Amino acid sequence: MYEFIQHVINGLAVGTIYALVALGYTMVYGVLKLINFAHGDVMMVGVYVGYAVAFLLGRDAMGSLGSALLVFAVSMGTCAVIGFVIERFAYRPLRDKSRLTALITAIGISFALSYGFQLDLKVNAFGSEWTVLPGAASRRFPELIRPQEWLVLGDSDVIIWNWQVISFGIALFLLAGLQVLVYRTRFGKAMRAVSHDHRVAALLGIPVDTVIAVTFMLGSALAAGAGLLYAIKDKTIQPLMGVMVGLKAFVAAVIGGIGNLPGAVVGALLLGMCEEFIVGYTASSWRDAVAFGFLIVVLLFRPEGLFGRVQAEKV
Amino acid sequence: MRVSVLAACAALCVLGLACEKKTTPTEPVKPAEPTPTAGKDVKPAEPKPAAEDTILLGEVGSLTGSEAAFGVSTRNGIELAIDEANAAGGVKGKKLAVRVYDDQSKPEEAAAATTRLITQDKVVAILGEVASSNSLAMAPIAQEAKVPMVSPSSTNPKVTEVGDYIFRVCFIDPFQGFVMAKYAHEDLKFKTVAILTDKKSAYSEGLTEVFQRKFSEMGGKIVGVEAYSKGDTDFRAQLTNIKKLKPQGLYVPGYYQDVAIIAEQARELGLKVTMMGGDGWDSEKLFELGGSAVEGSYVSNHYSADDPTPRVQDFIKKYQARFGAVPDSLAALGYDAARVVIEAMTRAPDLSGPALREAIAATKDFPGVAGTITLDEKRNPVKPAVVLAVEGGKFKYKATVAP
Repeated sequence: MYEFIQHVINGLAVGTIYALVALGYTMVYGVLKLINFAHGDVMMVGVYVGYAVAFLLGRDAMGSLGSALLVFAVSMGTCAVIGFVIERFAYRPLRDKSRLTALITAIGISFALSYGFQLDLKVNAFGSEWTVLPGAASRRFPELIRPQEWLVLGDSDVIIWNWQVISFGIALFLLAGLQVLVYRTRFGKAMRAVSHDHRVAALLGIPVDTVIAVTFMLGSALAAGAGLLYAIKDKTIQPLMGVMVGLKAFVAAVIGGIGNLPGAVVGALLLGMCEEFIVGYTASSWRDAVAFGFLIVVLLFRPEGLFGRVQAEKV
Repeated sequence: MRVSVLAACAALCVLGLACEKKTTPTEPVKPAEPTPTAGKDVKPAEPKPAAEDTILLGEVGSLTGSEAAFGVSTRNGIELAIDEANAAGGVKGKKLAVRVYDDQSKPEEAAAATTRLITQDKVVAILGEVASSNSLAMAPIAQEAKVPMVSPSSTNPKVTEVGDYIFRVCFIDPFQGFVMAKYAHEDLKFKTVAILTDKKSAYSEGLTEVFQRKFSEMGGKIVGVEAYSKGDTDFRAQLTNIKKLKPQGLYVPGYYQDVAIIAEQARELGLKVTMMGGDGWDSEKLFELGGSAVEGSYVSNHYSADDPTPRVQDFIKKYQARFGAVPDSLAALGYDAARVVIEAMTRAPDLSGPALREAIAATKDFPGVAGTITLDEKRNPVKPAVVLAVEGGKFKYKATVAP
């Protein structure tokens, strides 16, 4: 029984991270009909930005609320800017070209980021050496939240840590915030309009370019948040960390019905749980096979995803 | 429908990526990137044939990617050996040079680099790789071309079984698995042990198989075997299962990067168990990534920096002066491998593949840093192993186990 509870906790932790990343995929797909394959790598960049901030703050500052907030804010902010730049210079010029062109560009950006970050680039400035690109080696992510046992079940049969609870809280907060933004604000309305039909939206005076740019920024910021939660969970970071998470989140988004926000969350939680139980009760080699097999099955029987409707209002 | 078409496109693209990755070996392999752990840069390897008065050796190593720390240590050891030989006048009146290619810790890249060393650079011998999976990708190519290949630290038996041109200077997995099984049974007095193995790694699977067999033969009980795949970062599901079995020891014959995360997550799940491993743990990175979670673990290894033998201490001193770090066993084995080849070259009548092969095969009582090397008829050395414990963020010498 305890081990079942532990599996559920593990699965939830993975699922919430997939969910935050999947939302970025689904939002961008909603407004642009583009699968942004660089999304997982933007997440990785966010993690490294967070790492740099934590590093500059120093070991003593770790564990305080202020420094954690600063790490999250700077990382998410930087990623929003990166998302903006990618959209403006890589995707916008291709918006009228075929979709495949944009898709290949996205893959190119993904490679540029994940392999670019494997380079080792240091520059001397202001009297000391600065690491510009981190290099391929794994690094240990600083402890943003000082680990403490939050709840212990049985004879330490199940231990729930404070950072697991806080991470879950942050994920829920970000999800709720996004929901309010999309369904309760003027901007959200504009976003939904663009996703519905961007030509008509433009005719009605909605600044389509701005809406798309902001959507990209939002998605990238969410990815950065997800990346930090991932780094807090697994503690080790490296430049290729975004690739698999990105793919899994994409699968989650398609399972839930790409373009559909709640669908992405449900798909992600389902996928996270599913992976955990597969590894827990069968064999670990099945993990990825099942994840991608799941995708194929969904596409065969429900091509629009679990929550997607062909005429659905897409965001 | 649109969605499915797009997703299918996406899936195709992903497949395309996978294919593209496979074709990259035809492109020039990048020269080694300096990594933070290395004190020194590698000269960029321009593909031009060796000058008349130099003998060119080839090296394939994981200078980037998941086992980067191994590749860098090995390269440092080899570099030290080559420079020493050159300072002593070289071989047959010629200077030695080594051309290094990075394989990004991937077998397919290692194979491509080997082909390139043989066909383009025309090296007389090849040093590498560390990981058995990579060496296994390289060995058939070297064997085919009749170029001797000496692996410094691939412990999987299959590596030298590829053919009579493939050698190594480290002990093999059956021995390493036996050493840990014996230590767990006799010194740690464990009755129940669980295993967490890397399914994707020939090395890890080899150690697991032998440990499992030997430990059972000695009267111990293997309560469970769980598996992961290299590159995973979440081992909680497997560890949760292991926790339920309540073993006294957990044998994790993986590489340092995965091991560090596994140790961390085991502690997180409240799994209080003594971890044991092999030489794959041997890297300073283990302590950086694993922190206090790896404390109290035991590993089998090739050599210990605490060894008071003069030739070991002498090597450590030279290595420290040059690279500013205590050499790990990978550095020691890289150094040994290069010196075995250099010594064979001085004995060989000429430097053709078959002549050099004969000379290497005849290596006897060679005073290596990581034990005296005598190659047997299967081109494997016979030598003892040491057991080290992780104490205070360092490896401490515990015992020597002879074959």
